[in-house]
Amino acid sequence: MNAPSITTSSARSPAVPTRFDLAAALKDSAKSALIAFGLSIPIVAYRTDQSGADLFLNPRWDMVAIFCAIVFGLRLAQHAFMASRAAREAVPSPTQATELVHAEPSAFQKASRFGIPFFLGVALAFPILIYLIQGGLNESRYWVDLGILILTYVMLGWGLNIVVGLAGLLDLGYVAFYAVGAYSYALLSTTFGLSFWICLPLAGILAAFWGIVLGFPVLRLRGDYLAIVTLAFGEIIRLVLINWVDLTNGGAGISSIPRATFFGIPFTAGEGGFADTFGLEFNGMHRMIFLYYLILALALLTNFVTMRLRKLPVGRAWEALREDEIACRSLGINTTNTKLTAFAIGAMFGGFAGSFFAVRQGFISPESFNFLESAIILAIVVMGGMGSQIGVAIAAIVLVGGPEVLRNLTFLQAVFGSGFDPNEYRLLLFGAGMVAMMVWRPRGLISERQPSVILKERKAISGSLVKEGHG
Amino acid sequence: MEIFVQQLINGLTLGSIYGLIAIGYTMVFGIIGMVNFAHGDVFMLSAFIALIFFVILTTWLGISSVVLALFIVLLIAMALTSLWGWTVERIAYRPLRGSFRLAPLISAIGVSIFLSNFVQVAQGARNKPTPPMVGEVIVLFQGESGYNVALSYKQIIIMVSTAVLLSIFWYIVQKTSLGRAQRACEQDRKMAALLGINVDRTISLTFVIGAALAAVAGTMYLLYYGVVSFSDGFVPGVKAFTAAVLGGIGSLPGAVLGGLIIGLIETFWSAYFSIEYKDVAAFSILAIVLIFMPSGILGRPEVEKV
Repeated sequence: MNAPSITTSSARSPAVPTRFDLAAALKDSAKSALIAFGLSIPIVAYRTDQSGADLFLNPRWDMVAIFCAIVFGLRLAQHAFMASRAAREAVPSPTQATELVHAEPSAFQKASRFGIPFFLGVALAFPILIYLIQGGLNESRYWVDLGILILTYVMLGWGLNIVVGLAGLLDLGYVAFYAVGAYSYALLSTTFGLSFWICLPLAGILAAFWGIVLGFPVLRLRGDYLAIVTLAFGEIIRLVLINWVDLTNGGAGISSIPRATFFGIPFTAGEGGFADTFGLEFNGMHRMIFLYYLILALALLTNFVTMRLRKLPVGRAWEALREDEIACRSLGINTTNTKLTAFAIGAMFGGFAGSFFAVRQGFISPESFNFLESAIILAIVVMGGMGSQIGVAIAAIVLVGGPEVLRNLTFLQAVFGSGFDPNEYRLLLFGAGMVAMMVWRPRGLISERQPSVILKERKAISGSLVKEGHG
Repeated sequence: MEIFVQQLINGLTLGSIYGLIAIGYTMVFGIIGMVNFAHGDVFMLSAFIALIFFVILTTWLGISSVVLALFIVLLIAMALTSLWGWTVERIAYRPLRGSFRLAPLISAIGVSIFLSNFVQVAQGARNKPTPPMVGEVIVLFQGESGYNVALSYKQIIIMVSTAVLLSIFWYIVQKTSLGRAQRACEQDRKMAALLGINVDRTISLTFVIGAALAAVAGTMYLLYYGVVSFSDGFVPGVKAFTAAVLGGIGSLPGAVLGGLIIGLIETFWSAYFSIEYKDVAAFSILAIVLIFMPSGILGRPEVEKV
């Protein structure tokens, strides 16, 4: 366990016994359970509850027992898994030596040829499908709303992916640009009465401007310092939004933000409204479905721009910068400008998403833009595989949609008691998932690198073959 | 003048708490070059451990002497938080040695989110107040306008225990073989391993020491403010990181010095400018220091090797 291994990441030594040693595994699992027991005292064992001014403790040793049992089971399963893998690897397969050279398209890539049109089709037809399944506009409200929420995160994930995935700059304050976009729309529309369609590009421009202003001084810094400074900027913007009451109305937020219109036609019940103009019966869901397609279009725009930019010199420079900053500098790439464009373009899409958020909610407050939001977006990008567009979309669906679906499964409530709310555990799982991802698949779920320049045929490059350098 | 002296006392108290947390950041950065983002949450966790044991000792076991109770709580919190620090390093950071550069930081952010939400799920989202502890003050002198400059026993306890623990810790790093191994790993990990130093064990012990000092800070924080909640790790964590950077990351006296400076800036800013913007001031200092003075006051300038 404490072998002095510096460079090898796992403690697999060549002398791994091929037979599963049950006694040793049990002993080690018991040790892990003991550590878990130590960790859960007193934080799990006693819950502090308040009655009046006094705190009293509520013992919950049953929880500790469950916790230790879970750790014991997991550790034992891990041992069994490691042993079986070691046994498999003890006999080298005949193709093993040539595996990496003949990079056959992986199973994922084969699937993705059909997967991407499939996903796109489902996304486009989603409101109609839900309408048919639920059998009515009003019944499908919840699902369309969830779709909008997921697509917002897909768009944010794709926007951040430009900064983190392509340029390799860890941005912990991405939510600041989301906030700039949201407040730009809210303030411009409530004070000057500008419409959503004028404010949307303005919000993007303002967010990009802030990206440049904040990025310019800090982009010389190395990777982890840059991350911390962006975090600081994100927090500064949030604190200013809270405290500058004259401009932003402080923590109370801005309410009654004008709704989106169908290119000038409002979604209202009366004369000249959307339903009236198109001869439909008025329904509030028209606006929701419009919003759904609006965010879908914005998200696809983000994706499209990113994919095109990757093929431009600046996009290639981003990816080169991610792999090795020093090599880039010696090849004459202006690293500051390259980073700045990535930062500004990422910020611009954050601004678009922010103004969409404001128009959808009709109400914004600084609490929507805290660090946790940045962390969730980052988790989506990290788990999707940094740089992979479809991976980010899948991660957003799983991470944002997953807890919502779990909440609606009634049998879970029967198992865990009626007060069970998976959302409570959502962030817990996000955190654990980020760690697990870094330990097992540091390149994300989908780690293939897609080369942007190809000779004759497209070959998959495993992410593990690419060494990421400094910065 | 009275306000100035009072704020000086308050600032030094706050600064010693930040300094204790900052040591955890600076040591980990020195030895493996990562920003241990989860350190602030380890600090918060330790405050919870201290809170629960304080309640156990005073209400169930009926220990009436608050100082004795605090002393026992401090030892228990240090032990249990060290276990947390060790586990976090073992699970989330050790497998990542040799991975790409941002991997440990992302993993640390994951741990930070995990820890704060773990405490939220286990203990609830509300603020937890402590039973009242050591309320007495010593009035140092009385101003003309009736403004008393007071030094509370709490503040004495905080400053004295910080000083005592720092000197014990200083002795460990400077004089013992563990400290020598640690400094050797800091300079050259591969060479240290070749010379027979168990590098993994040394790194684990670094995390253990950092967590133990964070536990001291957590207990002191609880004593000083009398209230803790699951989200209390983030802002003190960032401020302590600022302190570590300001003092020169990797430098131990720098961390303490930076902590005191940050504590003083925060209290004076609150007293003379605006209390609303005190966190903005702290975050701005972080950005300014990182941009213009990345090697800090006592740090060595970093040489980038290709």
